[in-house]
Amino acid sequence: MHGAVIASLSPSTSSSSSSLYPALIPFSGCISLTRQCKTHKVTRRRRAASITAQIELKPPPYSLNSLEPHMSSQTLEYHWGRHHKNHVEGLNRQIVGTELDAVSLEDIITVSYNRGNPLPAFNNASQIWNHDFFWNSMKPDGGGHPSGVLLELIERDFGSYESMLKEFKHAALNQFGSGWVWLAYKANKLDVGNAVNPFPSEKDNKLVVAKTPNAINPLVWDYSPILAIDLWEHAYCLDHENRREEYISIFMEKLVSWDVVSSRLEIAMERAAERAREKDTKEENEHTQGDDEGEEMYLDSENEDSEAE
Amino acid sequence: MSLLVDPCCCKTTLTSSRFFGIPTSAMSMRAVFAKNKTRGLGFGLRQVRAMQTVTLPDLDYDFSALEPTINGEIMQIHHQKHHRAYVTNYNKALEQLEEAIGKGDSSKVVGLQGAIKFNGGGHVNHSIFWKNLAPKKDGGGEAPHQSLGWAIDTSFGSLDNLMKKINADGAALQGSGWVWLAYDKELKNLKVETTPNQDPLITKGQNLVPLLGIDVWEHAYYLQYQNMRPDYLKNIWDVINWKYASQVYKKESA
Repeated sequence: MHGAVIASLSPSTSSSSSSLYPALIPFSGCISLTRQCKTHKVTRRRRAASITAQIELKPPPYSLNSLEPHMSSQTLEYHWGRHHKNHVEGLNRQIVGTELDAVSLEDIITVSYNRGNPLPAFNNASQIWNHDFFWNSMKPDGGGHPSGVLLELIERDFGSYESMLKEFKHAALNQFGSGWVWLAYKANKLDVGNAVNPFPSEKDNKLVVAKTPNAINPLVWDYSPILAIDLWEHAYCLDHENRREEYISIFMEKLVSWDVVSSRLEIAMERAAERAREKDTKEENEHTQGDDEGEEMYLDSENEDSEAE
Repeated sequence: MSLLVDPCCCKTTLTSSRFFGIPTSAMSMRAVFAKNKTRGLGFGLRQVRAMQTVTLPDLDYDFSALEPTINGEIMQIHHQKHHRAYVTNYNKALEQLEEAIGKGDSSKVVGLQGAIKFNGGGHVNHSIFWKNLAPKKDGGGEAPHQSLGWAIDTSFGSLDNLMKKINADGAALQGSGWVWLAYDKELKNLKVETTPNQDPLITKGQNLVPLLGIDVWEHAYYLQYQNMRPDYLKNIWDVINWKYASQVYKKESA
């Protein structure tokens, strides 16, 4: 099961060591840091699998016919058995013998996104992640309503579950072409380095609905997705022809695994809290170590009123 | 004045007209963007049709006429469901646009552009696509001759080379979109272009005229070819209507 497994793209973690893609020095630094600080990263990240040389084609956590009648076994056979499989085989061919070979899928995604000019591995890597995430977002006899902390946050950030649903559907119907719609927890820096953050800092520590074209996913913005729907036609055309709205309704009413969404949110919030603690610790350390100039700046920023006097 | 939307290129033009000898430029802007029916306001002064809506064009062949290349089920769903939805939603967006313009609601006008581009583009592109296809008995698959044939040889070396290029670019297009054989009216040459989603060819250049467009959205082939887009592209040449492409080329290059 995928939790909020996201590489930190903070510029402060960049280093100039081993450059995989010379044009992407901050991000190759990120990969190096991952290797060097593996034990540190593990305390902050939960990985679905350890770093392996080859990316696996993971099956959904249910048999291919068990989402019937809401999603046909034929759809799953093609969708997982051909599309998802092709992405896995394609990516493995692309990364074999390269430095990406021993890197986690999430790192491949964030590096190869390349600020919106994706490198060749991005499409396959992102679509593998997206599909793994999608299968796990559903379950037999799914649907119903969210509850607990998830429902509280939905009501806090959207007004009500119905409002969230409306916004989710609106985004899905206005994603013109192939893509995905996400419910995500946003708790990140505004400048995520590798991508333009689509939501302002007012949305920090909130749930947001986001739509992405083609293979892009919110990992590139350092968000924590908690739910996704695949809007490529292959996801629904066998069962629904061009009736995307019908597909979205059935997905939400009959297929979503709210338990999984809730546990992803829990992980995302824990990650955000851990980051906030790390940030506090860092600021405290900077304050105690700082020289006069540093202290002055700190005081200035805290006591602007005194300057005006 | 009236506002005409050319379905073939999405160009909107304001044309002046006179009615009962009265120059319609004297009419108010509100009258210009009246509903899509002429309204009688009494003798002498009448609002002229403004926002012209579009209709689903008929195919020149039966749904099953392109088999085995593209099966009847795909053609029926593609035409009757997908293209019809673009027409319906484009007309709806135009109505909303008309209302927003009439109210002076600039935000809404701008907000509608996405839906207009998508659905209008979908209508424009598919209208061309149906003309680009023909059953074999009606010339589908027959190679272009004369001026277009020579132009293809000049620009690409051979028809085979052109087909390979279109197939490669169409297969490589990520997500949904179209692959085009375009005539550049300014440079007077042919080129292969792709457009994402339902963007019409004109979005790649005002001088580009579509001679041939191949739909590479999944709905165009999935029921028959599933994820094998390269096979669809390889086979579609059997039903490409080069006569239509030649007609357009002759007209535009004259």
